[in-house]
Amino acid sequence: MIELENIHKSFGRKHVLRGVNLTVPKGESMVIIGGSGTGKSVTIKCVLGLVTPDQGVIRVDGQDVTKAERDSFLARFGMLFQGAALFDSLHVWENVAFRLLRGSLKRPRAEARELAIEKLRRVGLKPDVADLYPAELSGGMQKRVGLARAIAADPEIIFFDEPTTGLDPIMAGVINDLIREIVVEMGATAVTITHDMTSVRAIADQVAMLHDGVIQWTGPVGELDHCPDPYVSQFIHGRAEGPIEAVR
Amino acid sequence: MIGAVAKLGRATMRAIASIGRVTLFALAALRHMVTPPFYPREFGQALLNIGWYSLPVVGMTALFTGAALALQIYAGSSRFNAESVVPQIVAIGMLRELGPVLGALMVAARVASSIAAEIGTMKVTEQIDALVTLSTHPMKYLTAPRVLAATLSLPMLVAVGDTIGVMGGYLVSTTRLGFNSATYLQNTVDFIEPWDIGSGLVKGAVFGFLIALMGCFFGMHSARGAQGVGAATKAAVVAASVLILAANYLLTEAFFAA
Repeated sequence: MIELENIHKSFGRKHVLRGVNLTVPKGESMVIIGGSGTGKSVTIKCVLGLVTPDQGVIRVDGQDVTKAERDSFLARFGMLFQGAALFDSLHVWENVAFRLLRGSLKRPRAEARELAIEKLRRVGLKPDVADLYPAELSGGMQKRVGLARAIAADPEIIFFDEPTTGLDPIMAGVINDLIREIVVEMGATAVTITHDMTSVRAIADQVAMLHDGVIQWTGPVGELDHCPDPYVSQFIHGRAEGPIEAVR
Repeated sequence: MIGAVAKLGRATMRAIASIGRVTLFALAALRHMVTPPFYPREFGQALLNIGWYSLPVVGMTALFTGAALALQIYAGSSRFNAESVVPQIVAIGMLRELGPVLGALMVAARVASSIAAEIGTMKVTEQIDALVTLSTHPMKYLTAPRVLAATLSLPMLVAVGDTIGVMGGYLVSTTRLGFNSATYLQNTVDFIEPWDIGSGLVKGAVFGFLIALMGCFFGMHSARGAQGVGAATKAAVVAASVLILAANYLLTEAFFAA
């Protein structure tokens, strides 16, 4: 279970998070929705320690993340970045097996390569992709490689940052289905950030709406369409008129 | 008047803060160079990129510098009939000063820029964040191998550059200025002292450290977007070049001041 309690974060004069409170139950798929620049990515970066909150406490399975041993803490996580964030200088398989080639999870190269190819297959990529470089792949393939890397070490918790941004609708559907399948299959806790409502309906068990630095609403995905919250209603219907200012 | 003083104060504070940041970064780089985990593959790759692939540019620079130096020393010394000092001055000039400094400036242009651009691009495309989430410390994985490789390979490049530079002087002196080949070489060898070579190699190591450090520092602190990476690249080359020249003066003062 991931718990965020009164998280605040400012960048210079910009107060991005103004007291985020959120609980993600173990084994659930939580999707955080919200407009661009509302602090969705900052929220998950705070959990991973990539950004240090100015105030508040984050607990994973009851343990304060700032007191956890860094390596073993991060070994529990997988993350798919918005632009895939693949390492340009490494082959696709070395990207997927990155964690398996070094550190506490290190295995022999041949074994790590086999595991990487297995994960690539899992995300629908053929083994001959393994020896290409990321720059030789299309955007959709890069996302799938990023997904394979996120699940390579069978993490307990997976974060997906805008998994379908920049993809065509069909590839976005493929990625959504893959995420759903993988999360169910692995029994992992998942947190996805998106403003793509098709993704929300495909991936989420629970939905949280982040606006103005706080969680405006949270609830099961089934209640989303009947949600009385004016912020959620405006967002999911994509209306320019409403409490959320169109020009931010 | 108060506004001008305030501006000066702010600029001074910024400069002091920058020096502090670079110093802390350098100390962190040194700490990560000597503490595990080590990344031998990344170190080997850095050695190849910084050392081996810089050989042509350092060699060409040394060759033409040695040749031009011989011509200048001949022209200057002939004013007081001291043309015979050409081999000695070419050797001492190349070994103590021009070999290390010009070689390092060329490597700074080639390597500091490429390191800053590579790491800066990694930063803006979230690859550095990805490294952290994969339990890999960016300072250990990116900075330590590059700084160590540059510190070790620059003395080698300086040694090769020194040799080629002296040979450049030799070629011009024997083909254009009428020096006897055997006498030129003998005078060069007789005149050189071990510390002439050693001081240049020590300078090379210091310059190598500074080059990679500046590349990594500005890459890691790159601002967002293509403009941010471009600015980081430019700043890395300028800072590395200025630091090389400043460090060269300080080292020369330390090694050779009477």
